[in-house]
Amino acid sequence: MTKKAPKGRPKPKTTFKRYFDSAKPENNDLEAVKPLKRKSQQNFVGDFIKMQNKIKKEKPRKASIKPKPKGKLKEETEEEAQAKRNPIPQELLDKYSRGEKVEAKGVKTRHFKEQQTRREKYLEYAVEQAARTELLLHETAGQLEADEGEVTAEYRQGQIADNVDLQSAAKHFSLNMEFGPYHMRYTKNGRHLLLGGRRGHIAAFDWVTKKLHCEFNAMESIEDVQWLHVNTMFAVAQKSWVYFYDNKGTELHCVKRLARVNRLDFLPYHFLLAAGNTAGYASWLDVSIGELVGNFQTNLGDIRIMRHNPSNGVLCIGGGKGVVSMWSPKVREPLAKLLCHSTAMSALAVDPRGQHLVTAGLDRAVKVWDVRNLVQDKPLAHFQLRLPANELDVSQRGMLALSQGTYLETYADMLSGGGTGNYEKLPYLRQRCDAFVHGLRFCPYEDVLGVSTAKGFQSLLVPGSGEPNFDAMEANPYETSKQRREHEVHALLEKIPPELITLNPHEITGVDAPTLQEKIDAKRKLFHLKPPKINMKSRHKMKGKGGSANAARNKQIVKDLKRKEFIAEVREAKKSVIKEHTAKEDGAVAKTKKPKPSVLDRFKPKPPKKQKT
Amino acid sequence: MKVKMISRNPDNYVRETKLEHHKMARNYDPALHPLEGPREYVRALNATKLDRVFAKPFVCNLSGHRDGVSCFGKHPKQLSQLATGAYDGEVRIWDLANRTSSRHFVAHDGFVRGVAYAPDGKLIYTVGDDKTIKVWKADAPDVGEEEEPVNTILSRYGLHGISHNRKGNSFATCGEVCAVWDEKHNDPIKTLKWGVDTLHTISYNPVETDILACCASDRSIILYDQREAQPLRKIVLTMKSNKLSWNPMEAFNFTVANEDCNLYTFDTRKLQTPLKVHFDHVSAVTDVDYSPTGKEFVSASYDKTVRIYNAHHSHSRDIYHTKRMQHVVCVAWSLDNRYVFSGSDEMNVRMWKANASEKLGVIRPRERVNFNYQEALKQKYAAHPQIKRIARHRQVPRHVMNAQRKMRLVKDKEQVKEANVRKHSKKGKVPYVSEKKKHVIKEEV
Repeated sequence: MTKKAPKGRPKPKTTFKRYFDSAKPENNDLEAVKPLKRKSQQNFVGDFIKMQNKIKKEKPRKASIKPKPKGKLKEETEEEAQAKRNPIPQELLDKYSRGEKVEAKGVKTRHFKEQQTRREKYLEYAVEQAARTELLLHETAGQLEADEGEVTAEYRQGQIADNVDLQSAAKHFSLNMEFGPYHMRYTKNGRHLLLGGRRGHIAAFDWVTKKLHCEFNAMESIEDVQWLHVNTMFAVAQKSWVYFYDNKGTELHCVKRLARVNRLDFLPYHFLLAAGNTAGYASWLDVSIGELVGNFQTNLGDIRIMRHNPSNGVLCIGGGKGVVSMWSPKVREPLAKLLCHSTAMSALAVDPRGQHLVTAGLDRAVKVWDVRNLVQDKPLAHFQLRLPANELDVSQRGMLALSQGTYLETYADMLSGGGTGNYEKLPYLRQRCDAFVHGLRFCPYEDVLGVSTAKGFQSLLVPGSGEPNFDAMEANPYETSKQRREHEVHALLEKIPPELITLNPHEITGVDAPTLQEKIDAKRKLFHLKPPKINMKSRHKMKGKGGSANAARNKQIVKDLKRKEFIAEVREAKKSVIKEHTAKEDGAVAKTKKPKPSVLDRFKPKPPKKQKT
Repeated sequence: MKVKMISRNPDNYVRETKLEHHKMARNYDPALHPLEGPREYVRALNATKLDRVFAKPFVCNLSGHRDGVSCFGKHPKQLSQLATGAYDGEVRIWDLANRTSSRHFVAHDGFVRGVAYAPDGKLIYTVGDDKTIKVWKADAPDVGEEEEPVNTILSRYGLHGISHNRKGNSFATCGEVCAVWDEKHNDPIKTLKWGVDTLHTISYNPVETDILACCASDRSIILYDQREAQPLRKIVLTMKSNKLSWNPMEAFNFTVANEDCNLYTFDTRKLQTPLKVHFDHVSAVTDVDYSPTGKEFVSASYDKTVRIYNAHHSHSRDIYHTKRMQHVVCVAWSLDNRYVFSGSDEMNVRMWKANASEKLGVIRPRERVNFNYQEALKQKYAAHPQIKRIARHRQVPRHVMNAQRKMRLVKDKEQVKEANVRKHSKKGKVPYVSEKKKHVIKEEV
């Protein structure tokens, strides 16, 4: 009697509740689920509010069956009303969303379908909560508005400094130094500044309080400088080798494996110091273990233009032929190449969000590219300057700064709006420096643009360039030494292995599905398969049960049999592949073969009539 | 001109005195947190590694018995109390908080076969090889008083197990027959019998409290209803089942520990095929007990190991073993879902953590949040090969390793043989039988 199973699942007349959605108590005397978590539940990671929302919708129907006390109903309607009063704007949700929802439609079993829908609810809730935190942010971004009849480009630095508060005005300063052309870097939190003059001058200081950490002369030519993961260590590319110093100016290491380096860059999450040298070698040094994780010839000649993409850690190297190539330490070929200019390149910059690549060439053009979509053949924006731009940088809020010799311009809305080029032709601010500009960096989390020239350093005020609200877990301008040490330990524990540097940083979270190319290759392989070698050991026989001749014969028989089997299998597989394709083609042919009836059809020979049997 | 620049007041970002926490401004904008995926992956990897580093499941050893431990009785209300019976007839009550034996008495001549607490926790029922059921007070007698049973019931049949109804005041014993008793009477209310063989385990269903399940030595599992005169159903497996445990949350499911190294989870509504076959033991499984959440169960085996299974997975989640632990006879999961007890032949009761890497003691809220985060990460990246490998790896004793290898060899050979037979016989004559269906021989109603 139990053998007979009903076909298909009978639909229950009443909707059965599962244990996970029965948070609502059945009895009236039981307390309702409280909107706020109790103290003991505070560590519960699930979505309380979401689940309640779901139940709330069922409430009226249940209420008709079983009357509830009025107080509770009222409380819930209040809650609903509150949610209506404070809706989250869609653009805010989009900002925090991590991509589109996964539909549970294709999921086969009911269990996994429900699991998927529940997971989506968690994610949706997480996005909502993250969007709501926007309310808690302290600061607002800076801005500069011109009066009527004026444009912002007219304003000089002195005027801006006069009109802002004292604290901000102090951020405008200039240093005249004589060990000329200077290179400069800000730390990740934007608090400290490192200057390196070509003629050996190195200075590290807290530029906000103007407190000097160290200043000395390396007595050797200096090509580039770079902070490491903390503000107590920095690397300097000197004449022949790269040296590490601490913030007292003590030499910590001399890295002889990085020789004749031109450009330095640091990947903070990978702890990799990237270096490009005069011979065209790109090298990545893991500063936590002191080993080179990648070191190879790029065949690009002298590497002078090099920046890393902060969103995925890929190193972008601009070549003499107008090509930007992107490199990962574990892959010896470039991950991607992008022909940007028909002439040699003069500068490149990647915006901190990792969305845009800005390039400048000797053809006096500046182009904005979408780094996430490299198959495009046209830049997002393209504009001509009078002189080639020799330095570029993009700020956290998408402001672009470029220098042409001693002249310097910033554009406010070049990259906003997707960088489509719908920008005003007039620059946001402009400035003429007293000497040739050699370095240009926006200070993170400040409205400041640092400019290093042949004669020193200038700190310019660019209102609205920096991100006003920092995340203290990522970069904290106000961190104490203890916090810094704590952060260093955590960062080291979370060091990303260099193998994970890929063009798409989310690759690790994706599903490893075979691509179309791989599928095609697998099918193609089927036609060139060789029968496997069979290594058979014949079973040990007792004496007198057959000699070696017998054994060899048996072996041959088995081998032949296996081969035959294999061939038959492969033939079957091939057949199925061929059938699949021919069927498709036939279908396609059948579709295309039926032409439209035309007037000339009547001259065609008529098909023979089928005889009825 | 109108101009505004970022100008932060340090008071909002720096703590005033050293007594305060540091002020940590947060901004959850995804643009400020690059490389989210790889960083999470590395965190998940670290969490998985730490999990293995801190996996120290052994809590303590409760020694005091003078012979092998045969059975456990869990106190229904007190977490710190556990009763154990031994082969020499001694029953010990353990104070788990202090890890000492608080009380002991010789209850029976010969083995103690079963210990059960009454649902209110005031009485202890024991059965032994001397064909008696003895009832003891759960509280220790006063100083100077003798340990004496409250009641002694002489049974006509041999007794092999006891189980107390979770709600009513009836209890059931098994032996040659299944007998249902009332607490007030010295004669069974009902005796139920199916076949001639001995029943060696009995267990009340915790939710449908009238349903009983027994394992018999003729390889069968029998379901009874104490309201009816006749047994309900019977299934016969290929080998004997040693113990049976009901799932406390999904009480229509139960799991049996079988002599053929496997455990079988059955749905009472569909007994022809088990829901799941749980592999991994390399010798007869002697005992099984569910966690109070019903999501996991623990099993003890003659191969000197204790394994923990997810109720819906066919392979074990964890294996516990020590050098000195001999054949494990009985096992229990504590009612707070945190500990597992195992009693073995070499007279020791061992206490293990149910979750090997769990931190004992007080956990501060921030710590708890961190643990939860790590758990979520581990789940999210569980399918990645490196993480999977680390999470799955367990060191097992050499004899288990060898036995596993041998079993795999046997299984492979059987498969080859079956394939050969299939190849040389008529099509469809040697059908493919799933692993689940191989073990149930028949069902009788």
